[in-house]
Amino acid sequence: MKRYSAFAVAREAMTYHQGWERAWRSPEPRDAYEVIVIGAGGHGLATAYYLGREHGIKNVAVIEKGWLGGGNTGRNTTIIRSNYLQDPSAAIYEKARALYEDLSQDLNYNIMFSPRGVMMVAQTHHEVRGYQRTAHANALQGVTTEFITPERVKELCPIIEINGPRYPVLGALWQARGGTARHDAVAWGYARKCSDMGMDIIQKTEVTGIRQKNGVVTGVETSRGPINCKKLCIVVAGHSSQLAEMAGFRLPIESVALQALVSEPIKPCMDVVVMANTVHGYLSQSDKGEMVIGGGTDGFNNYTQRGSFHHIEETVRALTETFPMLARLKMLRQWGGIVDMTGDRSPILSTTPLGNTFVNCGWGTGGFKAIPGSGFAMAELVARGEPGPLAAAFSLGRFTEGRFIDESVAAGVAH
Amino acid sequence: MLVLTCPYCGVAAEETELHAGGEAHLKRFGPGASDEDFTGYLFGRENPKGVHFERWLHANGCGKWFHAARCTATLELFGTYSAQLTEPPEPIRKAISAKRPGWRWREFS
Repeated sequence: MKRYSAFAVAREAMTYHQGWERAWRSPEPRDAYEVIVIGAGGHGLATAYYLGREHGIKNVAVIEKGWLGGGNTGRNTTIIRSNYLQDPSAAIYEKARALYEDLSQDLNYNIMFSPRGVMMVAQTHHEVRGYQRTAHANALQGVTTEFITPERVKELCPIIEINGPRYPVLGALWQARGGTARHDAVAWGYARKCSDMGMDIIQKTEVTGIRQKNGVVTGVETSRGPINCKKLCIVVAGHSSQLAEMAGFRLPIESVALQALVSEPIKPCMDVVVMANTVHGYLSQSDKGEMVIGGGTDGFNNYTQRGSFHHIEETVRALTETFPMLARLKMLRQWGGIVDMTGDRSPILSTTPLGNTFVNCGWGTGGFKAIPGSGFAMAELVARGEPGPLAAAFSLGRFTEGRFIDESVAAGVAH
Repeated sequence: MLVLTCPYCGVAAEETELHAGGEAHLKRFGPGASDEDFTGYLFGRENPKGVHFERWLHANGCGKWFHAARCTATLELFGTYSAQLTEPPEPIRKAISAKRPGWRWREFS
């Protein structure tokens, strides 16, 4: 692998940039691997990467039905934060945020991490109390957040209307080291490193069955023939239930559509990320100048990667009251992704009823921010066969034991 | 936007008039059941990509719960039926079979 650097750009310029190699190989699948990861999104690729880097397991294939990073990794609003209430959530999301800090250097790939600060505005007294509680919890967890006044909100984000009649801003939970990153680059950067370690990333190959013997996985059937493996890791977000069915168990997951939209590009006007949970909307400005707006989920099971229009309407209607200048903007694009929702809105990183088979799913509406931490914890689980400290609380068994990590109550809607 | 006809009041109700109630025909387990059965009832879901039976509430209408048969991959509606039925009636199954030969959903296919 050629290292990317300013010198490399200068060197390649000598040959009119004809010498750049492909960032990752597209090999034919081999007959067998030690570990197969199903799903080449951010979480799957990160799992493969940390399996190689932390545990020395490099005989790995990552199998992808579509194209690399083409699912929810390429469809989210790129927000990174770790200001969660519950301890297990704060631990794994803070691990992810910390890994994001130097991920560009680690991967030798510019993921454009921009710790511009994330504020979750409180627009009801209930939210004020909730976020103050979260700020105290974060202080105990070692996550740096603070509760700030409406005046400070206005200072950090001048375009916000803090005295609106319906949705006045009463304060905000501020995480200065939260921010955004280039979502595609995260997948591409991991893929490049995985490929460099000798792992095979096999795109446009659908897993159609899971082979097992005596309750232990032996391989997968794919649209390009069978591939054997010793361990299997299912990391497929919205389609987790289908893969689980192939493996012979059920998951506490329901798949629904989550939408986002972007406006026409405008001059820089907002250099923080604002989340307004009362009005079900979150907002940031991309480097291209588009206002990136995330909305709510549909209430019904859906695999169509498009959502209901009335959710867009609700999101935009409420956001224009909090950000009056948005009312003049035209919206350019709208899209949806299929998110895997669990009952307690926390993820599942777990062993499964099928031997040597592991599942990483349930990230619901907030998976992007967790990619490095999720991959790190999952690699540990796959390599050792039992969860490390980050993944332990997120087992499937918590639904039987009533040991929920209830972020749905703690955080309202947006994750 | 989804439009479901309420089998009680007959109104062709738009999605904004309705509230989705999740998977239908769950087998309920209570005191005395095993942990696995109880967990399966509370949290385990079919979550199929295709034919799905589900509960809906005509919230901003007649206020009645009813059942719907729908495809989650295409948002196609096969029909709605009474909440009092414990499994999909014959006309609904036929409507599904006409469009999705070989469909399956638990023991109802």
